[in-house]
Amino acid sequence: MNLGPITIPWELIRIVVALVAILLFIVVNAGLVLVYLERKIAGFIQRRPGPYEVGPHGSLQLIVDGVKLLGKELHTPACGDKLLFWAAPILAFTPIPLLFLPMPFARNLVGLDSELGMVLILAFAGLNVLALCLAGWGSFNKWSLLGAIRSVSQAVAYEIPLLLTVLSVVLMAGTLKLSTIVEGQGTWPWQWYWLRQPLGFCVFFVCMLAETNRAPFDLPEAESELAAGFHTEYSGLGFGIFFLSEYAAMIVGSSVCVTLFLGGWQGPFLPGFIWFVAKVYALLLTMMWIRWTFPRVRFDQLLTISWRWLIPLSLLNLVATAFFMKL
Amino acid sequence: MTLWREIREAVKGLYSLAVGMKITGKEFAKPWITTRYPWKTVDNLSTYFGHVELVPGAEDPGETSCIACGICAKNCPSSAITVKAAPSVEEPAAEGEKKKKARKKPGVFLVDFSLCSLCGQCVEGCPQDALRFSRHVYWAVMDRKNLTVDLLDRLAKAGGAKAGGNAGLPDA
Repeated sequence: MNLGPITIPWELIRIVVALVAILLFIVVNAGLVLVYLERKIAGFIQRRPGPYEVGPHGSLQLIVDGVKLLGKELHTPACGDKLLFWAAPILAFTPIPLLFLPMPFARNLVGLDSELGMVLILAFAGLNVLALCLAGWGSFNKWSLLGAIRSVSQAVAYEIPLLLTVLSVVLMAGTLKLSTIVEGQGTWPWQWYWLRQPLGFCVFFVCMLAETNRAPFDLPEAESELAAGFHTEYSGLGFGIFFLSEYAAMIVGSSVCVTLFLGGWQGPFLPGFIWFVAKVYALLLTMMWIRWTFPRVRFDQLLTISWRWLIPLSLLNLVATAFFMKL
Repeated sequence: MTLWREIREAVKGLYSLAVGMKITGKEFAKPWITTRYPWKTVDNLSTYFGHVELVPGAEDPGETSCIACGICAKNCPSSAITVKAAPSVEEPAAEGEKKKKARKKPGVFLVDFSLCSLCGQCVEGCPQDALRFSRHVYWAVMDRKNLTVDLLDRLAKAGGAKAGGNAGLPDA
């Protein structure tokens, strides 16, 4: 695009448009629909209605909650590191729209169809760990620091089987480009990669639950319900951003799982985008179902699961994949 | 072999996870138990738990299915129940048939309500489902001794009275 002395490359415009669309997608889905679904599902599983008063069947509850969070005072701990304290929520949320860029939403609906799409996602997902560190340190609270240390340890421990499982799929597909991986899978469920890598699928799902501090692995954030976690000191919008980024990270994790194992946008009869969203929501609903079924895992049990079970299993998976690829 | 045992335990554990998911999945579809107060209210009496009483029999409301086994008395953590079997009446055997063992019946059945904590272990433990919570509301006494309920007496008086009510007895 030629604006006199400046020439804006077409790819840049495409990325900016994609980012805006993705931000809209995230805010509507993560902020409004998902949290509402979570509370409703939690209610139904516990034989109660969930949000019911505000709006028909409680649908406007989230908007009201958002207004409430906005209205609270933004308090900073007096002796803490102010810069790091407020950098943490921003750092937690900012990579998320970036993670959606290489994701193929439909056949031609990709923000940045990069040759290294998978690496892009894995690299920026690691920034979440830094955000946790900064939050724990900047809070000037011993127990927040301990909570942050624990969640960093958890994230690092579950990153390894995640990478190994992704490596197995990439080895099988032969490429890091996400749209090629999706196109390599067929239209019907038996042609997707989850049947060729069943162990990989299960391990990836569990790792995704642990990476997003979700479900039975939510010790870091549950501690803030009890006494301390990395986001205890945050009020109002700071907490809101952490909350939003957690749900957005859930969507990212589910999208990656769908892309790698469940055939992305492939599906019979209906257009690709609808299948993609349907599959992501199926995974998200399963994650919520798991959350309201199982008790929290103790911290040493959590690390045991990762180091003694998931890593050997994913290594086995990788070796088996390499073996069968060679044949 | 320890590895094999660990793997077996892990598989059993995974199966228990699936069972848990099925339970919550089923609960999701069941109707709500809570009441949307203040738009809907619960009437106080239908959920009232009074002392335990004997369930009137299906055919004869004056008879109970209690067999005086004493499980309720054993289960009670406060030892509030006293059960004694009635002396058995043997029926004469017919010609050439074996003697039928007569079904035990309770002769004495007392509940000391001053000790009862309404835990429900007696109701849960009864193999005949012969006990239930009564709806004996607004009961106040002046002397602790008057808090002992004679359940057989109560059942006899109740006779054909409506289920769960105060058995038509005066509140005294």
